[in-house]
Amino acid sequence: MNSAIKEKGVNFSFILPALFIFSIFWIYPFFYTFILSFQENDLISLPKFVGFNNFRVVLTSSDWWSSMYNGAFITFWALTFQNILAFMLALAVDRVIRLKKFYRVVFFILPVLSEIIIGLLMKQVLASEPVGRDVLNHLLDHLGVGFMVQDWLGHDRVRLTTALVHCWKGFGWAFVILLAGLQSIPEQLYEAARIDGANAWQCFTRVTVPLLMPVITLVVVLTILGTMQAFAMILALTGGAGGLTTVPVMMIYDHLRHNIAGLAATEGLILGVILVTVSFIMFFVSKRIRRKYGVLPN
Amino acid sequence: MVKRGKRKGKLPPFIFILLIGFLGCTSQKKPSNNKLVVWHWMTDRKDAFRQLAQEYEKETGIKVEFKLFFPPDIYSQKVIAAARAEALPDIFGILGEKKTFASFIKAGHVLDLTSYMKEDNSLWQNKFYPQTLRVVIFEENNAYGIKPGIYGVPIDTTLLNFVYNKSLLRKAGLDPDNYPKTLDEFLDDAKKIKEKLGVDGFVCGWGEGWLLYALATEWAINLMGEDKFLRTIKGNVPYTDRDWVKVFSYFDKLRRLDILAHGIATMTNKEAEDAFSKEKAVFSFNGSWAVNVYKKRNPNLDYAFFPLPRVSDKFPVKIWGGAGSSFMVNGKSANRKEAVKFLKWITSRKQQEFLIRETNNLPSIKGCEENLPPVLKSLISQFDSLTHPDIWPQNEHSQVIEVIDRGLQRIILGIKTPQEVAREIQKTKERIHR
Repeated sequence: MNSAIKEKGVNFSFILPALFIFSIFWIYPFFYTFILSFQENDLISLPKFVGFNNFRVVLTSSDWWSSMYNGAFITFWALTFQNILAFMLALAVDRVIRLKKFYRVVFFILPVLSEIIIGLLMKQVLASEPVGRDVLNHLLDHLGVGFMVQDWLGHDRVRLTTALVHCWKGFGWAFVILLAGLQSIPEQLYEAARIDGANAWQCFTRVTVPLLMPVITLVVVLTILGTMQAFAMILALTGGAGGLTTVPVMMIYDHLRHNIAGLAATEGLILGVILVTVSFIMFFVSKRIRRKYGVLPN
Repeated sequence: MVKRGKRKGKLPPFIFILLIGFLGCTSQKKPSNNKLVVWHWMTDRKDAFRQLAQEYEKETGIKVEFKLFFPPDIYSQKVIAAARAEALPDIFGILGEKKTFASFIKAGHVLDLTSYMKEDNSLWQNKFYPQTLRVVIFEENNAYGIKPGIYGVPIDTTLLNFVYNKSLLRKAGLDPDNYPKTLDEFLDDAKKIKEKLGVDGFVCGWGEGWLLYALATEWAINLMGEDKFLRTIKGNVPYTDRDWVKVFSYFDKLRRLDILAHGIATMTNKEAEDAFSKEKAVFSFNGSWAVNVYKKRNPNLDYAFFPLPRVSDKFPVKIWGGAGSSFMVNGKSANRKEAVKFLKWITSRKQQEFLIRETNNLPSIKGCEENLPPVLKSLISQFDSLTHPDIWPQNEHSQVIEVIDRGLQRIILGIKTPQEVAREIQKTKERIHR
């Protein structure tokens, strides 16, 4: 009995360092954020319990909902334009097996670059003088399509431009995941489908899409989570543009910068709950689709 | 199968590591009588501070280590984290509102310097410009509940002012020594120069909301007087008041005249400084620190400062200014007395003159005026007009300021009217105070 307890103790000691680190960097911050959301706290002086007041302030703030709208707008473009582009490129590269490593590297360069660098770089490309170098407009002019010259970061286009820059930066992630998913589908399934008389479109809709559904779900969930939490690139590119591109994390950052930690924690919590809910809904929808196609048993 | 003997040997290292970590987190710094640590965020003063530290060590034998943390946002977070961990250095600066400063004092992190300042008939206190020192003073019955006293040592003075490019004025056929005194004159000149020379009329880092808030409050004080302005902060005058709508409409006027630099609403102050120093705009609104920036970017730039273009003759013009950078002594440091001695030394005339020479900032103490470059000397006469949120009896709620900043940016972008912005600000103020 004693030796069994001792052995358990020894075994436990092996996971102790990991548990210790996990508790400090994950469990404690999570509960602390929760506690902070019920406090008026500047992180220096004694906190004051304010009940649900922070939640009332955030949920009734038009700026908060406007930032959620901006986040949702960019997410919409990321889900559609970015992921469709990534999917098409992944399909193309899946066939050109010889060059797949080269393409992987090329498309993966952007996501691994720092968001701040991308933001500052694109500011130079898109913004007119004196802020930027107006590179895109000069290029359009040289190409003889001067009628396309725009004020890309002007108030009527800044939201869409920001969304497209985000898509441009992020499509590499989706591309790599989708390509890996495509390459995991056994070739025999396509051969069997072709023997049964399936054409290319039928192979795509009846074999590729259903079998890729878990990967597509993963990409969709990661896109939603990643885009709703996008921040650094937008900060560097537009700085919020008078609220036109202010996203939720930018609000949280601003409040933390002004030491309004209680409000920032509340916003973080609300955003977290929304994102977790959306993720669960996506997994549920994906399950239903896979069942419909017979990939999962009923 | 693993032998028991071998397993036994694996347990102690983990516990040892945990113990080291635990002790590392809880150990107290030992008092050191011959070394002071100073944290700051001022990249422009890095070399000057290093030289001053060497000089101080030569004179006293005490080593002073200046540690630079940049950018200011990161510095701010580091100081707050250090305060929570009781790991602040002997001397540090606090960035942010007076409310944050008060929180540090309440938590015992800042030493009350009143007794040191008052020694020898207030010798140290009297050295400073009163307008500079009052930013680090908490008056009787202050709104923050802090014991009245002096809690910091300003090492320079800054103020926000309009600045104009003399050469561009000359090129446009205007008198370079006759700067615009009123807003209408300012708008006229900017428009004329833009039409004649094709350069922007006005550039400013309005992507950083605080510069918008500063200008709006300066115009508000000039238009409605300090009393009505402060009553707005207290909640007795709504932001939808006619005067406030008028203040917001000045920004609309700037936009309508098309004199603003392209992208001004998202521009950082650094970008604006760059544009002004490259003569891409004739007017700007910036702090006195810009002298150093312009000198580095374009040593031949011919420019001068001028006070806020008036919008009314009824009330005096007030401009934002006061202590630019201040140092505080860690109230829990074992080297408090040495730290105070060092701050006394750094704010003495010789050291201040050295700092002026090296960094082109306005001094915090009196008596160095003759060593100032002419462009800075002209600012001394404006010291009597200085005001700052840190000296107002009450400051506006930071969430309301956020909405003001964003609202003004929207006016500049042309997506909101001054009336709409005024309503949004008032709504936010009421929601917060409910």
